[in-house]
Amino acid sequence: MNRPVVVVTGYGVVTSLGAGAQDNWAKLSAGQSGIREITRFATDGLKTRIAGTVDFVPVEPSINAPELSQRLAEMAAEEAIAQSGIGTPGDFPGPLFIAVAPVEIEWQQRCEVARASGANDALGYPDLMRAGESGRFHGYYERFLFGSVADRIAERFGTKGSPISLSTACASGATAIQLGVEAIRRGETEAALCIGTDGSVNAESLIRFSLLSALSTSNDPPQAASKPFSKNRDGFVMAEGAGVLVLESLEAAKARGAKILGVIEGCGELADSFHRTRSSPDGKPTIGCIRNAIADAGLAPDDIDYINPHGTSTPENDKNEYISIAAVFGERAKSIPISSNKSMIGHTLSAAGAVESVFSLMTLEHQRIPPTINYQLPDPAIPLDVVPNVARDARVTHVLSNSFGFGGQNVSLVMGREPR
Amino acid sequence: MSDARESWITGIGLVSCLGEGPDAHLRALNEDAPRVDSTAFAPYVVHRIVPLDFDKQIPKKGDQRQMEPWQRIGTYAAGLALDSAGLKGKTDLLSRTDMIVAAGGGERDAQVDLNVTAGVAKAKNPEAFVNERLMNDLRPTLFLAQLSNLLAGNISIVHGVTGSSRTFMGEESAGVDAVRIAHARIAAGQSNLALVGGAYNAERWEVMLHFAMGRCLSHDAHKSVWERAGMELGTIGAFLVLEEKGHAERRGATPFARIATVVADHARRSSGAVTATLERLWSGIAPRLDVAHAAVISGASGVQPATAEERDFLASRGLAVRATATHLGHGLEPQFPANIALAAAALRTGRLFAPCDASERPMEAVLRQAVVTSIGHWRGEGLALIETVS
Repeated sequence: MNRPVVVVTGYGVVTSLGAGAQDNWAKLSAGQSGIREITRFATDGLKTRIAGTVDFVPVEPSINAPELSQRLAEMAAEEAIAQSGIGTPGDFPGPLFIAVAPVEIEWQQRCEVARASGANDALGYPDLMRAGESGRFHGYYERFLFGSVADRIAERFGTKGSPISLSTACASGATAIQLGVEAIRRGETEAALCIGTDGSVNAESLIRFSLLSALSTSNDPPQAASKPFSKNRDGFVMAEGAGVLVLESLEAAKARGAKILGVIEGCGELADSFHRTRSSPDGKPTIGCIRNAIADAGLAPDDIDYINPHGTSTPENDKNEYISIAAVFGERAKSIPISSNKSMIGHTLSAAGAVESVFSLMTLEHQRIPPTINYQLPDPAIPLDVVPNVARDARVTHVLSNSFGFGGQNVSLVMGREPR
Repeated sequence: MSDARESWITGIGLVSCLGEGPDAHLRALNEDAPRVDSTAFAPYVVHRIVPLDFDKQIPKKGDQRQMEPWQRIGTYAAGLALDSAGLKGKTDLLSRTDMIVAAGGGERDAQVDLNVTAGVAKAKNPEAFVNERLMNDLRPTLFLAQLSNLLAGNISIVHGVTGSSRTFMGEESAGVDAVRIAHARIAAGQSNLALVGGAYNAERWEVMLHFAMGRCLSHDAHKSVWERAGMELGTIGAFLVLEEKGHAERRGATPFARIATVVADHARRSSGAVTATLERLWSGIAPRLDVAHAAVISGASGVQPATAEERDFLASRGLAVRATATHLGHGLEPQFPANIALAAAALRTGRLFAPCDASERPMEAVLRQAVVTSIGHWRGEGLALIETVS
């Protein structure tokens, strides 16, 4: 096996806890929650009124999802690229793979066009089209192209070639990393910029997830809402954030004397054909996905000593994930530490796989496992060591990070501390 | 090239206003005038898809109900591609098939959008009004038609493709990169079998409004791509099965053609940028070109100045050119896979199809190579070289 070893030489992260890896790590290891009451938009009539919003980033109230996603990605990418010291500012020597939130024209824009149309009672699409054609809204046209976030990130950081925007729902961030790993292993490039970003906490997104009964409605207090693996878990908490990794071949990183922060040892994938939003009850696809990642890393299940789970806090995900972990790890499943970052930062959706990879790498670096907070009522059907409520020092050499999404998307990554 | 593993195209699924399947498409391109609808979305011209019998590829009505048109069209086209490659129902092969879908977003409920927008103007508390209406009027399952990755999800469910599943977004570039990455993975030994493509439903007001804001739609009467100033949107579903040569040979699959090269770039668009990028990308494939037996299948959209730059660049190469959006309309994400499908189908017959407008010249020589172009209407440039398997 003479494929290139893929290492991480820079990471950056923004979540509701704060900007920057160090600030996030301090709060994560202290068991703090970033979940709060939503203030950016009106929540009148909504069952869920909390989210992991990034309120410390000043934004105009009319901000839209691609705009905020771009801003968060820029912050995290600045941090990651500066840390890696790769290239020169505005000239990143490799391609961009970026997981982005869904892109759709939002109510603000739709209503603005309607006002400009001057139509009164009988508003019709021909009115909107006429106003749309005025030329006043060219900025919205560009902003709501599916490639617009990637385009602007690519231009700002000077990545090479055609930037790839992608979505595998809640596995997107992990897919971005997987695509970067594959490109380096093919020998196409010596470096890749991999980003997961999501700034899509707005009323309509919240309502859509709410209508699927996916969200926690434990609004009070917000910090206690996300309770992965607990018996009383009642859904996930939407959140914003971005995670960025600078990936390089080991050879290229060594050649330029870069500090190696960790290794992406293996990637695994297996799609589920069972249902649009539910996992196969036998867990076969997620079991296969985890096994594929461990095998791709050239490891055995016994080598994994910490799991960063998908752990969304939905009744279904956490149970299914337990079944899969139990199948792969057997008796050891009960004793491997497994802790959900989502208990503190919520579910950063398209960013989650990337954000949680950054935290997995920091777990390896600090030899300290952040807790699963809000674990007051253990679920007897999920007998796992969830590192309840308080961080723990531990020897961690290989981390498994899971990301599972709607549409049968499953991606697992295995990360290690040192190149082997 | 000699040591790289070859990617063969062993399956094609193609649906559009020209019909269903590669043969129907070649027949229509050779014999028929463009089929357009100038009334449904007047003053815009739309290339509406022919009626499809979805039961043939999506047998469960329950599955059909869970999808909106773009997903039905894409799932249908994916099924045709799997049929064409002889993979349908072969669980073992499907569970090792790697899927890359190029997708935008799904349908919104145009009527709900209109009603809510009209109501907001009169609402005392506009934000609360929108919340209330959406909580009551949105169908829960509509969300699943709007998520970009749910075309791939539906293909997994209906056809059992589960090896891997990635969805690329980003207009025309998504289609180029989907084919490029699938091809690169096969060449590098990361994959043996891939399903690649996408679907686009042009028959929607919300996408019309989006492009109207960019003033990139052609108005009034139908015109050919080279005469348009803007896009005539077209509904298209296009999927390809790419397969490593040895893998195809071992299971006795016959290729339409092989993909020799796929290259892409992302120019900052300014005057001359498209020409410069095309020159650079073209220089990568030029040494392999057998000019006497090669033609260009152009993905030009009609949006200016990109289309004029591409026209002038291609004129300087001296090959016969076919801008297929004259007939198909422009379908963004699946346009490049659709054009590769048309190139592969034509290569298998050894004949280029008829000119798409009066400015294009006939080609008499045997067709052995086709260069497929994709100059995104806003961003993204790509080329593929498709060849006869001899």
